[in-house]
Amino acid sequence: MASPALLAAVGEVGGDFFKPRTSDTLPCQADTSKLFCFDWARENIDRYGTPTVQHLELVLFSVLIGFAIAFALSLLAHRRVWLRPPLLVATGVLYTIPSIAFFFLLLPITGRGRDTAIIALSAYTLQIIYRNTITGLANVPAAVKDAARGMGLTDRQILWRVELPLATPEIVAGLQIATVSTVAIATLAVFAGGGGLGTLIKTDITFKTNLILAGGIAFLMAIAFGLLLSWIQRRLTPWRRAVTE
Amino acid sequence: MIGALPPHPVLASIGGAIEFIFTPQTSNVTGGKEVGGIDQVVELTLNQLELTVLALALSLVVALPVGLYLGHRGTGQLFAIAIGNAGRAVPELALIAFIAAAIGVGVLNLTIALAVLGVPPILTNAFVGIHQVDRATVDAARGMGMTEFEILRRVEVPLAIPTIFTGIRGATIAIVATATIAPLAGVLTLGDFIINQNVYGDDGVLAGAIVVALLALTLEFALAGIQRLLTPEGLMLKTT
Repeated sequence: MASPALLAAVGEVGGDFFKPRTSDTLPCQADTSKLFCFDWARENIDRYGTPTVQHLELVLFSVLIGFAIAFALSLLAHRRVWLRPPLLVATGVLYTIPSIAFFFLLLPITGRGRDTAIIALSAYTLQIIYRNTITGLANVPAAVKDAARGMGLTDRQILWRVELPLATPEIVAGLQIATVSTVAIATLAVFAGGGGLGTLIKTDITFKTNLILAGGIAFLMAIAFGLLLSWIQRRLTPWRRAVTE
Repeated sequence: MIGALPPHPVLASIGGAIEFIFTPQTSNVTGGKEVGGIDQVVELTLNQLELTVLALALSLVVALPVGLYLGHRGTGQLFAIAIGNAGRAVPELALIAFIAAAIGVGVLNLTIALAVLGVPPILTNAFVGIHQVDRATVDAARGMGMTEFEILRRVEVPLAIPTIFTGIRGATIAIVATATIAPLAGVLTLGDFIINQNVYGDDGVLAGAIVVALLALTLEFALAGIQRLLTPEGLMLKTT
């Protein structure tokens, strides 16, 4: 027999998550025709804090890992042109496999949890970042590289001091697309046991106020990342006006 | 587990999933009713495909004319780009759940929800593709006496095919991926295997994931093939 204290503790952790803290259900919460229940939102908004932070962590880890791998692959393929088609196909396959399927393809290997979600999400970002970086490097005018070589720069110096700075708009644009998409897709991480805002959505999937709050936070987070990266793009390349697409 | 040489756990999982795809098995929660097997897999695959095609068709009908028109006129750039950026930020799970809760479950509502994901990439790419066609080429076509519609259909669209198709492929991937969670809105697709682990077991979950991945890759390759067929020869030489 479990002690009442233990049962109470379990009850606190498990169920009753979305019950209001006051003893009775709020009137607008019971009314299912209502689109948004402000009273409930006001009382329960702090429950969205932890999942939002988890969501942010999922996105940041996934995009940083994805960027590190995709950037390294781009530099490899930049010198070795024969690597480009196979890398494009490989990252394309990872991009095409739906994240929710990817989570469960990894299940026998990495199990459930945040690591699995991060692996699948970062695999998704590879193609976007890789393709943009390669395009950015390819768009650097040959005359500029010739001039740099004429000034006595080595290949490595040309890459880091000439080509990469000139490719920055495209690279950051890729990072922006990848980050914004990852914020949205990370809501599915709940199916892999990865936490984040999807957890709240799935816990009370019929309560519209909850869906608007959790979905709204994810949407705004994505928009904020988009704006932040456009700003970074402009700051990094003051010689060039922001490039769309 | 008793066995002479137990296979590696990962291989055992894959073996179980493949068995689930082809042979029906007894589930411990459906009261002896069998689940899985090739019949159910085919049925759910067709459901998912149907939903994807419907949503893609709706997206195309809504987005393509607007994107092509704005691209041809060269107006509404801010709108076309903004809608693409905003579309990317829509959280799939919240969208499906919200449509189901606010409008109701069913194929029609889900088609609309999925089209919300399909419209932005198609519209933005159609706009960008048409808009970036060389103005001198368009002027030449106009000088040859083509009407505006002829210019769009015979000059701008063929030249913009690669960009337009990038949008259509992006939309298709987003739609087929999100159609996986359609069971949350009352339409059974392959995602049922994935979401209802308690019914289908771990083998069913992995089987669902494998078939969903194959379905998405098949669609992507099919569209890439169609794109190649539609791309004018002159453009093929220029790419890569």
